Amino acid sequence: MDAVSKRFADHLAVDALSFSVDRGSFFSILGPSGCGKTTLLRMIAGFIAPDSGEIAIGGKSMRDIAPNRRPVNMVFQQLALFPMMSVGENVAFGLGQRGMARAERIRLSHVMLERVGLHGAANKRVDELSGGQRQRVAIARSLVLEPTLLLLDEPLGALDLKLREHMKIELKQLQAAFGTTFVYITHDQSEALVLSDRVGVMSHGRFEQLGTPQDLYYRPQTPFVAGFVGANNRIVGRATRKDGAMVEITTADGWMIRARSHGAIAVGDAVEGFVRPEVASLGRLAAELPGGQPRHAGQVQSLLFDGANSAVLLQESRTRRAFRIALPQTGQFSDLKPQEPVLFSFDPERAVCFPARDQNG
Amino acid sequence: MDSAVRARWHGRLSLGLLLAPAILWLGALVILPHVELGVLSFRERVSPHNYVASLAQYKTFFTDPLYWNVFVRTALMSVAATVLTLLLAFPIAWTIAKLSTGRAGSLLFILCLIPFWVSETVRTLGWMILLRESGVLPALLVKLGITAAPVELLYHDATILVGLIYTSLLFMVIPLISSLESLDNALIEAAYDLGAGGFAILRTIVIPHAAPGITAGCIVVFMLTLGNYLTPTLLGGKNSQWFTEQIYTQFITRFNWEQGAAFGFLLLGLSTAMVVIGLKITGQRFGDVMRRT
Repeated sequence: MDAVSKRFADHLAVDALSFSVDRGSFFSILGPSGCGKTTLLRMIAGFIAPDSGEIAIGGKSMRDIAPNRRPVNMVFQQLALFPMMSVGENVAFGLGQRGMARAERIRLSHVMLERVGLHGAANKRVDELSGGQRQRVAIARSLVLEPTLLLLDEPLGALDLKLREHMKIELKQLQAAFGTTFVYITHDQSEALVLSDRVGVMSHGRFEQLGTPQDLYYRPQTPFVAGFVGANNRIVGRATRKDGAMVEITTADGWMIRARSHGAIAVGDAVEGFVRPEVASLGRLAAELPGGQPRHAGQVQSLLFDGANSAVLLQESRTRRAFRIALPQTGQFSDLKPQEPVLFSFDPERAVCFPARDQNG
Repeated sequence: MDSAVRARWHGRLSLGLLLAPAILWLGALVILPHVELGVLSFRERVSPHNYVASLAQYKTFFTDPLYWNVFVRTALMSVAATVLTLLLAFPIAWTIAKLSTGRAGSLLFILCLIPFWVSETVRTLGWMILLRESGVLPALLVKLGITAAPVELLYHDATILVGLIYTSLLFMVIPLISSLESLDNALIEAAYDLGAGGFAILRTIVIPHAAPGITAGCIVVFMLTLGNYLTPTLLGGKNSQWFTEQIYTQFITRFNWEQGAAFGFLLLGLSTAMVVIGLKITGQRFGDVMRRT
């Protein structure tokens, strides 16, 4: 699969975008709704023609090739299973369109249903299946055609949380088992991080950053990525001092933190700093905090208990700014009370500072 | 009387009042005349004011080839008109339901509806003005040099079919629109994505989905066509040989109500049989079909 680049006029839904996906890998396009990711996917599938640029799949240009002639299949957001056909007929549909003999078609669709764990469901009606089973039929219907590329348009969006978690794992296993290249679009950053080999974070028709989930999380290249991928504390202010790679950020109301700079920042510039909740440490006494880090004082505003993902929401003492800190798994702070005064600190090397974006988005 | 009993009594009364017009309409205008006609059709006049029960009226129908031929001809022409109406209405309904958005769709629908503001008689006379020998279309053909002299375009079978299709088009378009609108576009895209071409999508996705609408439209159009009197008479003239004309002749010209009543029942039987056969062939259930209209 080669470089893909295209421009979509109208309101420039996809703006001169280029990327490539390695064969057999899981690629996600992550972005908020309206960022142009669905348009991009529909262009790859062939439902929309790009205004300019070239899409190539398996080294072959897809220009002027209709969706039914592309080596690409799509799993639709609402799945779009055919209600007038049985499960088996749904899976065999594409094979029939290729002119495959009936007996062979039925055999292959049964094999496929077995591989996705739906043995014996071939004669069921589509509406007899549960949400997760339908999901698997939709994937089986596409994979049975052995496409070079499988497109998935937020297929987990309609499922409830528990099932979504389960299907996430299942999708990953299916992709590993079939070795098909998956291109997956979603607005859910957790889906993108868990599933993908590589992720493109998209905003306003462009990729903000393209990289492995680890890259996006630990080394965000833009303030958008820092704010969109994973939880982050965002601190807006001006750069008041600079020594080497480190910048001192002072907010309008006078709170001062230090962070590693990313991009060209001069003293006096408007900047945005980001501190991950798990980077900061919490303590009742100064001695509990790691040494050598600037300390800040705060007050517990609320406890956000969520098992292993529990966090505490603080207010910085002087400016009343909200700051989120992940609670350690040891249960050490399970007795925190709202309004309780605490201390917190973080390693400035692990906080990041960007020049502020033009708009305050 | 306690309040619960009174409430129930009120409920029954209001339900009865609501249904009363429908029951009256059915009873007085449909069932009562048919009972009367049924009785009429099974008797024979032996002398003035002296009738006996007999099957003579039905026997006449089966022994006289004229009646039998007209009957079969009416049925076949109605089937042809229904099929042609379907073929013509489908692209119209598809355009309105799937291709046009918002205002354009309702505008197209209104264009289909507008002819029905004019009475059927006037519309049919409109066709006569266009098609008769001294009419607009033959004159145009002469002017364009296609024919040397004006030709008579009225009084052909094709003319009758044109008139019947024109009259029934809307009754086919409406159920088709409603059944096509409920078809999720994603299904069409999914089929396209899985390798199906236009015809395959029509055959495997669109027609199975729209089947109840198609059947409903066909039933309505077939019944309207079979029972039409005005259009075949005006556009087909003496050659039209429509079965409703035979009924009219028996009742009005011959004053043979017994024979006319028998013919009426035969026509009712024909339309019922055709509808049942049509439902059997397409594997539809009457209830499902009627829910779609």
